[in-house]
Amino acid sequence: MTDVRVAGVGLTPFGSHPERTGRDLFGEAALRAFEDAAVDRADVEELNYGNFMGALAEHQGHQAPLMAEAAGVRCPATRYESACASAGVAVREAVRTVAAGDADVVLAGGMERMTNLPTDEVTEGLAIAADDLYEVRAGVTFPGAYALMANAYFDAYGGSREDLAHIASKNHENALPNEYAQYRKEVSVAEAMDAPPVAEPLHLYDACPITDGASALVLVSEEYAAEHDLEASVAVTGTGQGTDRMALGDRERLARTPAADDAADAAYADAGVEAADVDVAEVHDCFTIAEVLALESLGLFEPGEGIAAAREGVTTADGDLPVNLSGGLKAKGHPVGATGGSQIAELTRLLRGDHPNSEHVPDAEVGVAHNAGGTVASAVVHVLEVAE
Amino acid sequence: MSDDGADATDASSPTDREYAEWLDALADGDGFAIVCPNGHGSLPPRRVCPECGSPDLSREPLDETGTVATYSVVHVPSPRFADDAPYATAVVDFGPTRLTGIVRDGGADDEAPAVEIGDAVAVDVGERATDGERLVVFRPAGER
Ligand SMILES: [Zn+2]
Repeated sequence: MTDVRVAGVGLTPFGSHPERTGRDLFGEAALRAFEDAAVDRADVEELNYGNFMGALAEHQGHQAPLMAEAAGVRCPATRYESACASAGVAVREAVRTVAAGDADVVLAGGMERMTNLPTDEVTEGLAIAADDLYEVRAGVTFPGAYALMANAYFDAYGGSREDLAHIASKNHENALPNEYAQYRKEVSVAEAMDAPPVAEPLHLYDACPITDGASALVLVSEEYAAEHDLEASVAVTGTGQGTDRMALGDRERLARTPAADDAADAAYADAGVEAADVDVAEVHDCFTIAEVLALESLGLFEPGEGIAAAREGVTTADGDLPVNLSGGLKAKGHPVGATGGSQIAELTRLLRGDHPNSEHVPDAEVGVAHNAGGTVASAVVHVLEVAE
Repeated sequence: MSDDGADATDASSPTDREYAEWLDALADGDGFAIVCPNGHGSLPPRRVCPECGSPDLSREPLDETGTVATYSVVHVPSPRFADDAPYATAVVDFGPTRLTGIVRDGGADDEAPAVEIGDAVAVDVGERATDGERLVVFRPAGER
């Protein structure tokens, strides 16, 4: 087993780019990652690419060879799909490939193009991440599914819409200085409370936006980094993945996400760290309630206590445990198949000290990234550490 | 994407056959879950229990009434539910398994029915307002 280093990260600006093709978006992210890494493209041995709904949005299947072309690499290339965790699983396989010594350099990331579709088609597209027979046909939408979890959480542990509004407000504030964020505007708790309902108890500002964007990471072995004298101070030291029953109704408890519990346990064990060691986190807040569920699965808060974390200032930028300093999916945006890679790119920048929000975590050594698919039927967790 | 109107009620339809059969049973008041010897419930089609892998599966009737485990009033629907919104989606405990569906009745016109966690409901098959497609509906217990 070798250490896996993040040699370079690349992102497109997240936002509404309806006229830009997927290949152009991923090409830009990959270009930026290679510039950041100073790694020779010819050394890339594999491309692991995440994408969810390209067949619907661009009428384009078999995207991996296309994205290898866009990145200017010629190597085995594979598309990974796990709904909103597509890039997370793509990165995880890259980490495992490098850790196992099967490759010294892997390009990983993902892309999603969404805003070229009408909103109702995006709603329909996102719904296919749920069980078609027993959920989608019964009227469950993507926000609706998280709303079902939110009401179950309130019933089990308490909490309120206002607690969720504090999460939205926090993540919007974090996005203000982030040049890659889709929404760089403040949203007050009152504004979030007053927004129209989407699926009660979730309202407009509880939901992430519809986003186009791409992410790319150049992951290398510790030996390769040393040989080539790379600046690659951040290591991916742990990876874990979990799976749950697909339909929400089939889960033992509706207000917990055990797939993420399993992913976190495995990632922490892999890294040899504990939840208490975590200094900063990027978690999958596709809806505000999802941030709560993530924090509890990661062991950063006890079940029932994650709901108050933002309101009490624990997870704000100046709190003890800043969460989603990038702005999260909520404000930075959620190009579904790119998000898992984007979280690791942001965490890398935060730990390296070159993120606009790095000033809030100057001494951070350990970061954790949590990426979820569907209603967390899939979850991927990565631990990043400052290695030098 | 699947069943076409009246054909959907035909159990011999090649489209999502096991689901159509299950809906037919539900409509006839014979709703069932697939249950393994360990008591794990699931919905068809199943070759093995999704929890324990047991291939020894039987059909067990659903409880007469279920209990609402969670719910949400959906205001922004997918296109196929455009004329149904706002509507209340609920996940309901029916003994060996839970079912997901739409709560009908018990509310004013043009509003989603008032639902609470813990409410007792019965299950039925209804039609989507948007296109007539069949779907699982819940009604306040005692109204069926
Ligand atoms: Zn079983």
